Amino acid sequence: MSQTPTPIRRGDAARDTEAFAKQIAANLLETGNQQAPAPAPDAKAPLIEMHGIRKSYYIGKPNELEILHGIDLTVYPGEFVAIVGESGSGKSTLMNIIGVLDKPTTGEYTLDGVNIPDAKDNQLADIRNRKIGFVFQTYNLIGRQSALKNVELPMLYAGVSGSERTRRAKEWLERVGMGERMKHQPNELSGGQKQRVAIARAMVNEPALILADEPTGALDSQTSRTVMDLFHEMHDTYHKTIVLITHNPELANECERVLTLRDGLIVGERKGSGKRAAL
Amino acid sequence: MQLFENISMAFASVRSNKMRSLLTVLGIIIGIAAVIAIVTVGNSMTGSVTDSMSGMGVSNITVSVQQKSSFNTQGTAQGVTLRRFMDTTPGDSDLITDAMINDFYAAFPDKVDHFEYTVDVGQATIAKYGDPTTTIKASVSGVNHATLTAKDDDSQILYGRWLDDDKDAGRMLACVSEKFITQAIGGSAQDAIGKSFTLTGSDGNLYTYFIVGVYKYTEDSYSSMFGSTSDDDIQTNIYIPLDVARSIAGTASGYQSFTVVAAGGVDVTSFVDTVGDFFASYYTYNDSWTVSASSISSLVESMTSMLNTVSLGISAIAAISLLVGGIGVMNIMMVSVTERTREIGTRKALGAPGSAIRMQFITESVILCLIGGVIGVVLGIAAGVGLSTLMQVPGKPSVASILVAVGFSMAIGVFFGYYPANKAAKLDPIEALRYE
Repeated sequence: MSQTPTPIRRGDAARDTEAFAKQIAANLLETGNQQAPAPAPDAKAPLIEMHGIRKSYYIGKPNELEILHGIDLTVYPGEFVAIVGESGSGKSTLMNIIGVLDKPTTGEYTLDGVNIPDAKDNQLADIRNRKIGFVFQTYNLIGRQSALKNVELPMLYAGVSGSERTRRAKEWLERVGMGERMKHQPNELSGGQKQRVAIARAMVNEPALILADEPTGALDSQTSRTVMDLFHEMHDTYHKTIVLITHNPELANECERVLTLRDGLIVGERKGSGKRAAL
Repeated sequence: MQLFENISMAFASVRSNKMRSLLTVLGIIIGIAAVIAIVTVGNSMTGSVTDSMSGMGVSNITVSVQQKSSFNTQGTAQGVTLRRFMDTTPGDSDLITDAMINDFYAAFPDKVDHFEYTVDVGQATIAKYGDPTTTIKASVSGVNHATLTAKDDDSQILYGRWLDDDKDAGRMLACVSEKFITQAIGGSAQDAIGKSFTLTGSDGNLYTYFIVGVYKYTEDSYSSMFGSTSDDDIQTNIYIPLDVARSIAGTASGYQSFTVVAAGGVDVTSFVDTVGDFFASYYTYNDSWTVSASSISSLVESMTSMLNTVSLGISAIAAISLLVGGIGVMNIMMVSVTERTREIGTRKALGAPGSAIRMQFITESVILCLIGGVIGVVLGIAAGVGLSTLMQVPGKPSVASILVAVGFSMAIGVFFGYYPANKAAKLDPIEALRYE
């Protein structure tokens, strides 16, 4: 609860970000430069700040493999960022590191002011619980539990009381349009419905960052549209910072900023529309 | 509260795998049921034995002359062994003498309250009052004063007095029951004091006694049980002075048996051995006779210890059953953890610390074992009470054993659930999320 910024602060952050985005746009127009500009001195502190992130597997063994070769990434509060890349480009590894499911082998990573490489396992669990909301390609709802119980889950680990959990879970299920089906179990829901429950679950602890890994990967185009609309709503209405990992360029273009990952390096950055595309 | 959520999740998980869960906890059900059943039966049996014996004087130690077993006389000459089989009753020199008893009292004055002696001289007959052609029987025995006064409240003296050890020694006096008065003497019990009567003893001689006391007649349990109280067989006792009885019975040199009544606060069970050893020491060089001491409490004790041995044996089998059951639970928890790897990964991504995952699976394992334990307790009580009823003793389930059983099944859950739960808690979230 204490981690949740007050609505007023959130509004301020959004206005700051809006101003910042305008400034970026102005800079881009002036210079025609595709690189992100240095942040203005009076801008908010970055939510994600990564420098020289490398990730290797099988360290010290003959088959040692470096997946990420030094990633620099800065995301400011309120941004809607897409990371695109072919399979094998290191997207998933980067997403795991951003989502503090994994630690980088070397490099600096600060998330919302916390130095991640120094953090202990329990701290990481707490960060995942309060600062990050995950949305997975395969939904990953807990079977045998109703949609409502699934949405309550992050609050359970945050120590929110039972009645408050139910109240907030219902509120968010209604916001994603699942108010009618909150008593249903995941196997009674369609793919799109499951993903909407998953988004409610990601939002319910009011995290600073929504991290979505191919959220529409398993959905048909029409359902993808409704899910993507939901992300826009989370961004526009609730001013969430969203990092979307996808290989779908059309979806990526709807984000404000599109980073291209290839062979473990960010090779390109461009501005997206930030608007939902027509169906 | 996370615990409540964990419990409800555990029940949901058990419900979704009903058959599997039942088979898994079968070992625990059998183990717990076996323990509860045997404890219930044992409890019921000792309970009924103690109940029926507690009224019979737990501080009484019976000391009696007995034949040595062949084990005691290993290595004695062949002829001596032969003599043993010839003799069916101890000779005069084999009896417990007053000197031994005096020595004993001198050795343990604080531990002895008093001694009780009863010397039976057999059934005597007397003509029935108002009908000289029929005779009635009564058993005659010599007793000391302490034996008479220790009788229960139902058969206390009504008129006159009990026999006195010193004053009445060698005198032909008797205490009789009121029923004996109406059957054999006639007139009121009060008037009977001082009257004489003549008995035909079991040896055929006539003995005349003067009545000094009349006690209240109570139908003894033997005759009431078999319902054979015909008028000429009134099952009444005539008490005469101890030394008179001894001379009639021809056992003037000593006693075949007597009773030591331990003083209050003495541990009768261990004192029995002391008493037995003390008197047996006089018989070390006796070829065929020795003395042994026994008490009801030692009888109860030996019965309890026998039951305990049986219980221990069955408990060992139950423990193996519980061990196997516990391993079964562990196995199924391992399967459960593997099946739910993705769920565990998801929970970790949503911010569950390892401790919460561990707690969730331990709770599930405990609930599983607890269900088994409760089913086992119910089956065990049913079986125990059923068996007790078959043995015609009232079934008494032991509350302590039920609590221990339930607690123990929870402990099995924790013990055998810990390893799988810890495995779940330590899963790498990325690996877990990627698990197919």
